[in-house]
Amino acid sequence: MNVPKKLLYTKEHEWIKVNGDRGHVGITDYAQHHLGDIVFVELPELDEEVAQGESMGVIESVKAVATLFSPVSGRILEVNEELEEAPELLNEDPYGNWIAIVEITEQSELDDLISADEYKSYCETLE
Amino acid sequence: MKYTPNPPWVAQDMLNSMGLNSLDDLFDDIKDDLKLKKGLNLPPAMGEMELRRYMKDLAARNISTEEYPCFLGAGAYDRYIPAAVEQLLLRSEFYTAYTPYQPEISQGILQSIFEYQTMICKLTGMDVSNASMYDGGSALAEACNLACNSGKGRRKIIIPDTVHPEYLKILQAYSLSGRMEVLVVPGREGAADIDAMIAEIDDQTAAAVIQQPNFFGVLENGERLERAVHANKGLFIMAVEPVSLAVLKSPGEWGADIAVGEGQPLGCSLSLGGPYLGFFAARRELMRKLPGRIVGETTDLDGKRSYVLTLQAREQHIRREKAGSNICSNEALCALAAGMYLAFVGEEGLKEIALRSHQLALYAEEQAKSAGLELKYQQPYFMEFAVKMSDPAAANRKLLANGIIGGYQLEDALLLAFTEKRSRDEIDRLFAVLGGKVDE
Amino acid sequence: MSKLIFEKGVKGSNSFSLPEAGLAQPDINQTLPPIFLRHQAPDLPQISEVEAVRHYTELSQRAYGVDNGFYPLGSCTMKYSPKINEWAARIPGLAALHPYQAPETIQGALQLYYEMQEILAEITGMDGFTLQPAAGAHGEMVGVMIIKAYHLNNGDKARTKMMVPDSAHGTNPATANMIGFDVIEVKSNPRGLVDLDDLKSKMNEEVAGLMLTNPNTLGLFEEEIEDIAAIVHEAGGLLYYDGANLNGVVGVARPGDMGFDLVHVNLHKTFSTPHGGGGPGSGPVGVKAHLLPFLPIPLVVKKEEQYTFDYDRPLSIGKAKNFYGNFGVIVKAYAYIKALGGEGLKDACQNAVLNANYMRHQLREDYNIPLDRLCKHEFIINSKKQADPHGISTMDIAKRLIDYGYHPPTVYFPLIISEAMMIEPTETESKERMDDFIAAMKSIAKEAKETPELLLGAPHNAVIRRVDEVKAARKPVVKWEAP
Repeated sequence: MNVPKKLLYTKEHEWIKVNGDRGHVGITDYAQHHLGDIVFVELPELDEEVAQGESMGVIESVKAVATLFSPVSGRILEVNEELEEAPELLNEDPYGNWIAIVEITEQSELDDLISADEYKSYCETLE
Repeated sequence: MKYTPNPPWVAQDMLNSMGLNSLDDLFDDIKDDLKLKKGLNLPPAMGEMELRRYMKDLAARNISTEEYPCFLGAGAYDRYIPAAVEQLLLRSEFYTAYTPYQPEISQGILQSIFEYQTMICKLTGMDVSNASMYDGGSALAEACNLACNSGKGRRKIIIPDTVHPEYLKILQAYSLSGRMEVLVVPGREGAADIDAMIAEIDDQTAAAVIQQPNFFGVLENGERLERAVHANKGLFIMAVEPVSLAVLKSPGEWGADIAVGEGQPLGCSLSLGGPYLGFFAARRELMRKLPGRIVGETTDLDGKRSYVLTLQAREQHIRREKAGSNICSNEALCALAAGMYLAFVGEEGLKEIALRSHQLALYAEEQAKSAGLELKYQQPYFMEFAVKMSDPAAANRKLLANGIIGGYQLEDALLLAFTEKRSRDEIDRLFAVLGGKVDE
Repeated sequence: MSKLIFEKGVKGSNSFSLPEAGLAQPDINQTLPPIFLRHQAPDLPQISEVEAVRHYTELSQRAYGVDNGFYPLGSCTMKYSPKINEWAARIPGLAALHPYQAPETIQGALQLYYEMQEILAEITGMDGFTLQPAAGAHGEMVGVMIIKAYHLNNGDKARTKMMVPDSAHGTNPATANMIGFDVIEVKSNPRGLVDLDDLKSKMNEEVAGLMLTNPNTLGLFEEEIEDIAAIVHEAGGLLYYDGANLNGVVGVARPGDMGFDLVHVNLHKTFSTPHGGGGPGSGPVGVKAHLLPFLPIPLVVKKEEQYTFDYDRPLSIGKAKNFYGNFGVIVKAYAYIKALGGEGLKDACQNAVLNANYMRHQLREDYNIPLDRLCKHEFIINSKKQADPHGISTMDIAKRLIDYGYHPPTVYFPLIISEAMMIEPTETESKERMDDFIAAMKSIAKEAKETPELLLGAPHNAVIRRVDEVKAARKPVVKWEAP
């Protein structure tokens, strides 16, 4: 299982790459593996305000569906429209394909997220 | 009668093989005080011959539309069903099958649904159709539910009271969810009051609805309503009658986002109100929000064209409490009948049926006027209209005494429907009775 | 490859026609304003009668029903549908009745309807029934509407939550959500039954009710049902019986005696009406006396030996469906119950439970049975013994069964058992037939070890091989387009 060191994670299997007040958000390798072939991604809307831990989208595979929870509070700056036509990108390269970029309004919320090592051990407890 | 094939000695062998003594041992996990002490208090069992006689007797105490000409419509129509449809529906590979969850042995059913979906799209002028809903009324409620679910917190449904009153009752019950606020706008002269409806449209409006033809048989002009609700980012929903769509403007042409309706006229027997089928079609943008099952085309491992239930992540068995609808069983066999019906009457046949109905209604209007009767609404109609009547119940009783099943009783009128099964003679007799030319 | 109906026939090949009207044909462009008229023709099939008959006959040959063979689809009760019932529902005196005919013209039909309300009340131990819901999930919806209306009528607006066990059918949580309840999941204990401690800890005055299937979806009877009922009732909630599995207790025990306040039954499961390739079903809802006022309108009542509709029910939830329900389905179920009587229903239940337990015993050597004890009408196995070393899944076993001529059991449900395969033989299968199936299952278990490719590539002799579901969902093609 691939868990890049430089990202922060949630126990709901999202990652965030923080760059100042901008955060790229995606789903982890563990998530894409357990969902199986992803067939549809419901993206958040541009400029939508999201709160930490609340739904910002939906990922569907043939036989499963998962809510995408926002790792932080903020405003949606960009969405990855490529996923509308090619949801399989999340299977092929979950860390190379972000889903949305969030403007992080509460930097302190980043403290609630877990590190790569913590996330990795957490996933091991789920197996 | 019993349909259990194992005789007692075989059952005993089976019990013995498990180390059990009696059938009662199989229920040891149920506390004795929960078990029925004496048997169910039901009438004694009947053999098949006795049952056949008994059911025949029950049936004989009804007057069927095979015996008396029927001028009732109001949402259910006495239309001709081709013999081939009736015969083919008896193929038990169809009717004793379950939902086609295993595509490899269900290709026949999956393909029939795919064809049905295509035909519904063609009739309604929409992009996608599901595999069927319970009936027209519940399909409309599901459409409104979809509008509220996908409307980012919008919850207002604007609907005229010219929609079928039972549809409105159903909508009221579905709105117990608290997520839908149904605003019923009174009509004018038997048609929706479009100005009043437009005046209600705001940024809380999830959808505006009209029925075409409406409950009173009147044609609604939804053109301005469509523009107004779309300008406010709400959905435009139409409930339509499928046979009329052979000649009437399709929901797609009206600019509707969702088209629903009662599919009964497409090859389903009247059957005292069910089973019928609700059809549900929509624009492509709403595809992943549709309730119910959807069949899609794909290929098998060898690249062969095949069909499968698809977009299942929308549905209750996967999405559970997050699903937009709870529907599971639908009306598949009625959808199969509808597909067959459209295949057997064909493009030209459906048009002929629709035009005949319209023609008979026009003739009936003339006869009504000759009999000194007046239409309740001076509005364009397709095949159904209301005739003023001081005592509609008495009029119906008189018709019945003369071997005619009359119309739907409004407060001061009879709502009469004219399907292709009615004849000139039957219409003449109808108005002879209603016009007082026939004695009691 | 089978052609679609749109790919067959030519313009003008259809021969349907109506009798002469004896009237001049008006021009619709003159009789109706153009705004109401269609511009683009619908483009429906144009095919001759004989070719259309062959088309649908061919489709039927690529379908599989109970009449084709064993259909042990857990949770679906695919029992034999007696032919006399099909005949009965098609008698013109029952099939050709308009729903708005005057009650005096449909006394036979209304008697049937009224008696069915009474019969189902007796079978389930309830005080009254509506036959209106069109399916099981629709019955659940009516039931949950009644629960909501009941609490609201008591001024009890704080009850915003509905409990469902983690083993429940998806329709339970979906229904609760649709009627505006938040769903609370109750855990199952290691025995596969409702965990009473979990139930107690989650029960409070915000809970409107608990939706429970009994026997549950694992095929097990909830032995502590009276305690469950007491916990729910003490907190002011209502106990809802999902009748999907009524076949496991019918004629032996009644939900009404177990403490349930309301139930739905599936006429297309317990009472033999055919599933029609996905419907129509019928899901009547029964209630105890305190919930009678909330039933949908109308009910059929008997007044001075005449049957009529009762619409005067001010606390009613309204309607969930047009007219009175799936009458044609109700006729079939009525005929079934008339044929069996009370003793016959009990006999059916006993044989259903006998068959399930027999098969469980016969399969336990070759397959893992997670909860291997006395079951009711169905039980669950999984592919644990087959998984290693070749990675055989439950789906592989299911697909291989198709090669042996069987419809596979329900797979991957309930969700709390991994790789579940749920087997429900029903009472209408003979020991002979089950022994054949058991032999096939044993043979497949052997293949899983010795020739796994037979499973991994199955089915081999169906009309198609496994389909690409991912492609279907990623780029949906949901209707035919002319090339």
